[in-house]
Amino acid sequence: MKCDRCKKKATVHLTEIDPKTKGKREVHLCQQCSWEEGITQKHPPITELLANFVLAATQTGEVANAECDACGMTFLQFRQGGLLGCPNDYHAFEKMLTPLLERAQDGQTRHAGKVPARTHGTEQQQVLLLRLRRDMEKAVQDEDYETAARLRDQIKEMEHPAEAEKV
Amino acid sequence: MKISEFANSSGEWLKGQGPDSDVVISSRIRLARNLVSFFFLPKCTDAQKCQIVETVSKVLHRVDPKLNFLRLDQAEDIDRQVLVERHLISRQHAGQTGARLVAFSPDERLAVMINEEDHLRIQVIRSGLQFEQAWAQIDQFDDRLEEHLDYAFDAQFGYLTACPTNVGTGLRISAMLHLPGLRLTRELDRVFRAAKDMRLAVRGLYGEGTEAVGDFFQISNQITLGYAEREIVSDFSERVVPPMVAYERKARRSLLQDHVRELDDKVFRAAGLLRNARVMGAKETLSLLSHLRIGIALERIRGVEMDTVNDLLLQTQPAHLQQLQGQSSEGGQMSAVQRRIVRAEVIRSRLNGFEAKG
Repeated sequence: MKCDRCKKKATVHLTEIDPKTKGKREVHLCQQCSWEEGITQKHPPITELLANFVLAATQTGEVANAECDACGMTFLQFRQGGLLGCPNDYHAFEKMLTPLLERAQDGQTRHAGKVPARTHGTEQQQVLLLRLRRDMEKAVQDEDYETAARLRDQIKEMEHPAEAEKV
Repeated sequence: MKISEFANSSGEWLKGQGPDSDVVISSRIRLARNLVSFFFLPKCTDAQKCQIVETVSKVLHRVDPKLNFLRLDQAEDIDRQVLVERHLISRQHAGQTGARLVAFSPDERLAVMINEEDHLRIQVIRSGLQFEQAWAQIDQFDDRLEEHLDYAFDAQFGYLTACPTNVGTGLRISAMLHLPGLRLTRELDRVFRAAKDMRLAVRGLYGEGTEAVGDFFQISNQITLGYAEREIVSDFSERVVPPMVAYERKARRSLLQDHVRELDDKVFRAAGLLRNARVMGAKETLSLLSHLRIGIALERIRGVEMDTVNDLLLQTQPAHLQQLQGQSSEGGQMSAVQRRIVRAEVIRSRLNGFEAKG
């Protein structure tokens, strides 16, 4: 069926009944014309709604400034992309992540399963390792190979005790 | 390794064996893991992605020297598509860019994707309802990897994953079900609503974002945090899947009792078309194979085995047909029409001489 106004494909179909004469009048319109006639309302896409919601939240205090000091990911970037940047983000964004986790995980916020048999250094060491690796990449990009080599050795040294454990 | 060498056969998990294989095609468990000393993939440079591939593949080789390895970023597109159709990698893994690898066992029960959404995605697939066995295998393999790899783990959040919807156990469990009885008796909606209430996801044959065609569905868990792996696995394999199997069987029995003529008509029409058609589309094939499959399960037809139907589900997929063409002639990209013709030929060559039971 075609739109009464512009002859595009009609998607909105309306039957009006005159209260006095009881006569029927049928109206067929496409999406665009039905917005212009004020018969239907234009809905913003859901992604836009979500982005606005996050933006509004980010203007208030803490959320705005939340940034992981290991990988540089901001909470806003996470909300836009849906993926976190590094293990440390779980703590950097803990306050904001907790309600999201509760929703996604049916109220659960604490792991109850398997634990790796080997421990691999403290959390601080892990974050330090991530940072060293980032600095090393930057040094390589800047062609500062001296610094890169020093950082590489430092990383190896930190990882070495774990290596020795395996053998 | 050449993909074309093994594309002619099917993985062990499609053999149509294992408990409840009249309804449950396969049982799959997947674990998401990340290395502690690297950023998650969105923040990784190309060089770091290469390092991850090297580090993990070295360990995989040590843990199981029989695994096949394929660098996806260096593979042909057709090979990646074949792997997707075989459920060895995801569509996402095939389509993304950067260094990435798949390793899988010769029987295709075990596969590891490196650099998909997480550094490692380990999966085990078994035919029929075999979640306990699948869990035993993947748990042991995960332990052996962990002897050599430092996983990102946190006492509160468990195994840390790029997407918080996988955090905790990192465990996704799914059953591939064949539910033609529920479709024919119009009970599917009710079952799927119940599944949603139980916080389960229902998807098509190829997982996320795929349409359900031919009555084949994937049901999977969505909660990964707050429960032990064993709880998730036993809950799924004892409390989620068996009632669905029972419900499907009940629907099949009622079809046998009250609508046997219509049922036989569907089964034998499917058989006739599959055995005789010269041009066959993908969707039509799935729906006809579905009807043939219920005919075999209810013993309405004989001379064709369940594993042949399962096998055809895979061998009639586009990349598998293309692969076949590449082997038989000088190759070249098949047109859609050619593909439909080859599909019909493949089906005819596998289905000959079946007859009505009794």
